[in-house]
Amino acid sequence: MWLFDKDLWSEIFASLGKNMFRTFLTMLGVIIAMVILVLLLGGSNGMSNGFNKIFAGTASNSLFVWSQRTSEPYKGFERGRRIQFKLEDAGILKEQIEEIEVLAPRIELGSHRGVVTVYRNGRTSGSAVYGDYPNIDDIMKKKLVEGRFLNENDMADSKKVCVIGEETYKLLFDKEENAIGKDVRINGVFFNIVGIYKPNQNINIDGENSVYIPFSTFQKAFGSGDRMGWMAISVQPDTQVTIVESKIKQLLKNKYDINPIDERAIGSFDLSEVFNNISAFTGVLKGVSFFVGILTLLAGVIAISNILLITVKERTKEIGVRRALGATPKVVKRQIVLESIMITVFAGFIGFAIAVGILAAVNGMIGEDSDIPFYNLMVSIPQFIISFVLMVGLSVLIGLIPANRAVRIKPIEALREE
Amino acid sequence: MIEIKDLHKSYKMGSNSLHVLKGINFSVEEGELVAIMGSSGSGKSTLLNILGMLDNSDSGEYILDGVPIKNLNETKAAQYRNKFLGFVFQSFNLINYKSALENVALPLYYQKVGRKERLEKSLKYLDQVGLKEWAEHLPSELSGGQKQRVAIARAMAAEPKVLLADEPTGALDSKTSYEVMDLIQKINDQGNTILIVTHEPDIADMCKRIVHLKDGVIIEDKKIKQVRAEQYV
Repeated sequence: MWLFDKDLWSEIFASLGKNMFRTFLTMLGVIIAMVILVLLLGGSNGMSNGFNKIFAGTASNSLFVWSQRTSEPYKGFERGRRIQFKLEDAGILKEQIEEIEVLAPRIELGSHRGVVTVYRNGRTSGSAVYGDYPNIDDIMKKKLVEGRFLNENDMADSKKVCVIGEETYKLLFDKEENAIGKDVRINGVFFNIVGIYKPNQNINIDGENSVYIPFSTFQKAFGSGDRMGWMAISVQPDTQVTIVESKIKQLLKNKYDINPIDERAIGSFDLSEVFNNISAFTGVLKGVSFFVGILTLLAGVIAISNILLITVKERTKEIGVRRALGATPKVVKRQIVLESIMITVFAGFIGFAIAVGILAAVNGMIGEDSDIPFYNLMVSIPQFIISFVLMVGLSVLIGLIPANRAVRIKPIEALREE
Repeated sequence: MIEIKDLHKSYKMGSNSLHVLKGINFSVEEGELVAIMGSSGSGKSTLLNILGMLDNSDSGEYILDGVPIKNLNETKAAQYRNKFLGFVFQSFNLINYKSALENVALPLYYQKVGRKERLEKSLKYLDQVGLKEWAEHLPSELSGGQKQRVAIARAMAAEPKVLLADEPTGALDSKTSYEVMDLIQKINDQGNTILIVTHEPDIADMCKRIVHLKDGVIIEDKKIKQVRAEQYV
């Protein structure tokens, strides 16, 4: 097997090592190209990872549904009628639309986006107060700084507990003061704080200053009966959110006697669209980076071919002597192509190592807790393999140019005395 | 060993062609030491190129050790050169980044001789030309005469049927020339067939036979009494 022929490799290294400086300059092109390729790939991967990290815990295939006023008259009802969801709707939807994975009903104190005064030791905060099911956490994960989120026990026993936002905490407590276990008063009812959460800066649906209490507690404390404000819904994976969205609306319109053409009676927000846009964006970014990187690499490899062409010209005599001594065209060709591959692969590895070093340094600078959408900048194994296969492939193809030139050298011409 | 019948060769120079070899007939027996002489333009280098399979003839027959040499492709020609022929050039043509030993080993490398055997053999031939101690030196560290001796060792290493030397003393002073000729004579004494192209009469006189070329034809082909180079060394 010629690939493991020690002599072949020593031939190659001898001819490359003969002119170290030029070999190095040639490699520089590929080294830089590889650095650029890996940095671009790492950067776009980092951005994609960064977005994923920011949205971690938020179900990407989810939507929100709320009620509004009708905009069309229907079945004797005039337009402008206020629709009020009932808690039973949640059960009906879950039962009838099997694509629904998690459905979290929610009720809000006061009007939508309204604020309620929350008291504690003479301090106040104007907060949004929500009655929630614990499974809301499956759709929008709360990043808790302290304590825990609402759980099933709280629900079952209608415990008077609450989870407050960091902003609310700042308004009601001194810095560094322990809030867990302390009480706050809302509409004359005391709630025991069990957790403090940090709102997600990049995807914020609930607002900064909010208080969550169990849905069942909400019903009892504020007498909301079977009313329901809105629903957060996640759908099964591989299911189009828009399809489920229209099914839900259809069902609700039917139930509340809403004109099927009424677009405004039921409001909804499809979160998956946001995610699709972002992943399309990062996908395009990755594609462009790869394309630009590969072109740069191509330029680097072409530079190698150029240098090898010059080298072949300089080595005309040597190649002629080798031919006279019995080197077949195949042997000459193989040597030149392998020289091309050797330079490329070696340079590629150096460039790769440099780029990975830079990426690691950038990762270290960004750190774990950052809200900028850059995280874990790295190239994946498949990207690495594809890059290397492409690089070697290119170096073979481009090495063939000087190799064919070398083969065309006739020994008689090479050996002609000047 | 070598048989040539009615060999013709012409080169195209624009619209008119230059008839360089106009029907060469000669044969070389095994163990001969032949000098091919002639002024420049006589066709002696062209003849040597054809004998060395570096060039093709237009017509005529060339049989080397019973093998007809005709219509060879590059690969076949390279293999035949490697197997049948050893070359010695006027300007030595050693590979400058390889040591003397590696240069001698090169034809054996192309014969796919294993590394150990190759280096042993090469060292043996370097020893024969008296350069064993210089094995690890680069050509740039050797004198002209030493370089030519390395080149001769390289030509001999593949144990060719015929040694072809193109002006082997052309770039050397007379003392060194005689040393090289002494070496060539000794190699011939061992029974090797050698052809030397030269235009120096004193070098030709050290061969056993002189073939004189003029304007593409052999005008004289005579056996002579060899002058030993030893006495001048």
